[in-house]
Amino acid sequence: MITLNKETIAIKREQDVVFFRNRVNEYAEKIKMGLVNKTKLLTAASELVRNMLIYAKEGKVICEIVTISALQTGIRLTFIDNGPGIADIDKAMTDGYTTGKSLGLGLPGAKRLVNIFDVKTVKGKGTTISITKWKNG
Amino acid sequence: MDKIPILKMGDYLLVTIQVDLYDRLALNLESDLVNMINKHSSKGVLIDISAVNIVDSFMGRILGNIAQMSKILDAHTVVVGMQPAVAITLIELGLPLSGVHTALNVEKGMTLLQEKLFLDSTVIADDTDDNT
Ligand SMILES: Nc1ncnc2c1ncn2[C@@H]1O[C@H](COP(=O)(O)OP(=O)(O)OP(=O)(O)O)[C@@H](O)[C@H]1O
Ligand SMILES: [Mg+2]
Repeated sequence: MITLNKETIAIKREQDVVFFRNRVNEYAEKIKMGLVNKTKLLTAASELVRNMLIYAKEGKVICEIVTISALQTGIRLTFIDNGPGIADIDKAMTDGYTTGKSLGLGLPGAKRLVNIFDVKTVKGKGTTISITKWKNG
Repeated sequence: MDKIPILKMGDYLLVTIQVDLYDRLALNLESDLVNMINKHSSKGVLIDISAVNIVDSFMGRILGNIAQMSKILDAHTVVVGMQPAVAITLIELGLPLSGVHTALNVEKGMTLLQEKLFLDSTVIADDTDDNT
C-alpha cells in the first residue's frame, strides 16, 4: 500500500472532533469517494474518536490517502492512544459488549462500515486501531 | 456556546438541525426539548435532520431518548428528512432507532403528527363512550 498524503490530528477535547470530521470529509471529497462510502467512513471515524476521548482521554489520528493500484484508492485512518488498552478485545468486538452503560455498538459497528479494520491493544499501554475505506466498494 | 433553536408552532415544537452535532450540543438539545415540551404541554415534536451528515451511535441514542422522554410527557416525536446514505449507514452500524417515527420531509412529518394526535383524541372519546 502506498501513501499519497499524510497528516496527523491531535484529539484532546470534543471540539477537536468537529475539526477532525471536517478534515476526513475533505479527504474523501478530494478522492471523490461516493456519498454512501463517505458517510460510512465518517460514522466509523466518529465512533472510534469518541471511544478514544472517553476511554483514553486523548490521542491522535493519522489520516492518509492510500492506494494499492491505479484502480483502488482509499482513506486510512489510524487512531492511536496511550490509554488503558482493551482488556478483552474479542469481547469488545461483539455487539452489545460495553464496560460503560452504553450500547456497545461502536467497535463492531465501525468494523462493519469499513473495508479493513485492524486493532492492536496492550493492557496499560494503549490502543491503535486502523481503518481503511476504499473509494469504490 | 452554540445552541440549536427550538420553534414553537401551536401544539408542536419544530427543530431543524443545521450543523453536525457534537456530543454536548446534542445533550443540550435533549434537555432543552424536554423542558419545552413540559412548559408548553406540546403534543408533538418534529426534528428535521436533512442537513445532518453523520448519525453515529451517540446521536442515534439521543434521538431515541428524545422520543422516549417525549412519550412520557405525552408527546409524539417524528424525525424527518434523514439522508438515504445516513439511513443505510445506521442499519449497517446496527443501531435500532426504536420508538422513533420517521417521515420523508417536514410536510409528511406534520401530517403524521396530526394523524397521531387525532388517533389519541378518538381513543379518549372511545373511553368516555365505554364509561357511559
Ligand atoms: N480506545 C479505547 N481504549 C480503551 N478501551 C476501549 C477503547 N475503545 C473501546 N474500549 C472498550 O471497548 C468497549 C466496547 O467499545 P464500543 O465502542 O464497542 O462500545 P461502547 O463505547 O461501550 O458503547 P457505544 O460505542 O455503543 O456507545 C468499551 O466499553 C471499552 O471498554
Ligand atoms: Mg463506543
